[in-house]
Amino acid sequence: MEKHQLVCIVCPMGCYLEVTKENEEYNVTGNKCPRGKAYGMKELTNPTRVVTTTVKIKGGLLNRLPVKTKEAIPKEKIFECMKFIDSIEVKAPISVGDIIVKDLLGTGVDLVASRSM
Amino acid sequence: MLKYDIVVVGGGPAGLAAAIEAKKNGVDNILVIERDRELGGILQQCIHNGFGLHVFKEELTGPEYAEKFITELKNMGIEYKLDTMALEIGEERVIHAINTVDGFMRIKAGAIILSMGCRERTRGAISIPGTRPAGVFTAGTAQRFVNMEGYMVGKRVVILGSGDIGLIMARRMTLEGAKVLAVAELMPFSGGLTRNIVQCLEDYHIPLYLSHTLMEIKGKDRVEGVVIAEVDKNRKPIPGTEKHYDCDTLLLSVGLIPENEISKNAGIALDPVTSGPIVNESMETSIEGVFACGNVVHVHDLVDFVTAESKRAGKNAARYIKKEIKADAKTAKTKPGEGIRYIVPHMVRPENVDGTLDLFMRVDNVYKDMNMIVKLDGKEIKRMKKKHLAPGEMESVKIKKEDLGFGEDAVITVQLEKEGA
Repeated sequence: MEKHQLVCIVCPMGCYLEVTKENEEYNVTGNKCPRGKAYGMKELTNPTRVVTTTVKIKGGLLNRLPVKTKEAIPKEKIFECMKFIDSIEVKAPISVGDIIVKDLLGTGVDLVASRSM
Repeated sequence: MLKYDIVVVGGGPAGLAAAIEAKKNGVDNILVIERDRELGGILQQCIHNGFGLHVFKEELTGPEYAEKFITELKNMGIEYKLDTMALEIGEERVIHAINTVDGFMRIKAGAIILSMGCRERTRGAISIPGTRPAGVFTAGTAQRFVNMEGYMVGKRVVILGSGDIGLIMARRMTLEGAKVLAVAELMPFSGGLTRNIVQCLEDYHIPLYLSHTLMEIKGKDRVEGVVIAEVDKNRKPIPGTEKHYDCDTLLLSVGLIPENEISKNAGIALDPVTSGPIVNESMETSIEGVFACGNVVHVHDLVDFVTAESKRAGKNAARYIKKEIKADAKTAKTKPGEGIRYIVPHMVRPENVDGTLDLFMRVDNVYKDMNMIVKLDGKEIKRMKKKHLAPGEMESVKIKKEDLGFGEDAVITVQLEKEGA
């Protein structure tokens, strides 16, 4: 039986999880909500993160527009995505939630604006 | 002289929530004063996610969280002045403020809500030895440069202090292509949320050195390196444990201080532990009709708690305007007991409590498996089991109004006790 100690990062509660694996079956304890259970299993099988960053914006109040991946993307794709996002430039006006990149690098996840400017 | 029922000083998350809640409670004539060029406060530079889980049940970024409140404020037609600096609160709740459009203004307020937030401790505040080159930033300043202005602040970075902003900047700098060499923390535990240690440091293999401090900054024009050493239990550096890092940037994440220059000059009594005003259950300060909320009162780790507290301040400021608050009601003091550093509010008048009383507090060390016990004049009124407690994570207790019956000069204490003791 495999045992893993994790800290849940789904919310700021930061539950201390213990994930055990027995016969390909994962069991999570220590979570205070169902999302913690899902996180514990996912973290060991396919860890993902929401990436938040900025893109260049012209004609806005600021030089950078904050953006985020609408859903979590695989952890190992983060740097590849950052490199791609670096080449993007948008023009104001932009509304919060506007899609900046559709299906970011084939992850199936859109990059969206996280404020209006 | 301008006249408003309520003037809110500061247009960040605290001020926005307070103004909106005051309006919802029947006060129409409200003005928000903001010194920045836009509303939203520091949330606008906090582009990471994790905001709003309590308030909106979804995970938002700082700007998204701010925008919800800004939109609501605008839709409600609440007045605000940007690029406007509040200078002073004088007698009779007259605020002195200045901007380039109106010039110098005197604003008479029926009630004032202080929501100026907090500021970062700087190099000067912690007396770091060494030369004084460029490349030393507070984490929040670096955050503003990188996330809003579009300037990268360095390539090889060492971070002193493990507060949440420092941890988040460790990840941010890494994503932007910099190499974060180390995070050094003076205390034997991190000052940030555990989730941030995991997703900002461990995810990117950034080493965290607990019980370590900064010995020296090297470099004349630009930072060329720093020296870090381990400290003993008295926080004194241990000779021979020095580590040298070649870096061009040092970020400081060494704590936040409530921004209370205006409060001090107005003669508002401050708590030496929180550095914020002493407040009662209505979030009213020692000056009648002057309320305070958010990081100006005590530094919060979650904006959701700021919002909840500020709504209470906004609602009570409205009640004050409508003369619904009993000023001379029976009062109990709150007193931090074993293991607790401070409690907000500092005073409670049960007659003015609206349903439940929320006490917010921080513990003084990392604890496991404890009971948090609330006592009223020595009699236990509430007990909660806590698996894990840390100074970086704010705790709260809800007490029902009916549990608050007491005589004159009562004391409410909160203390920790080892489970099973």
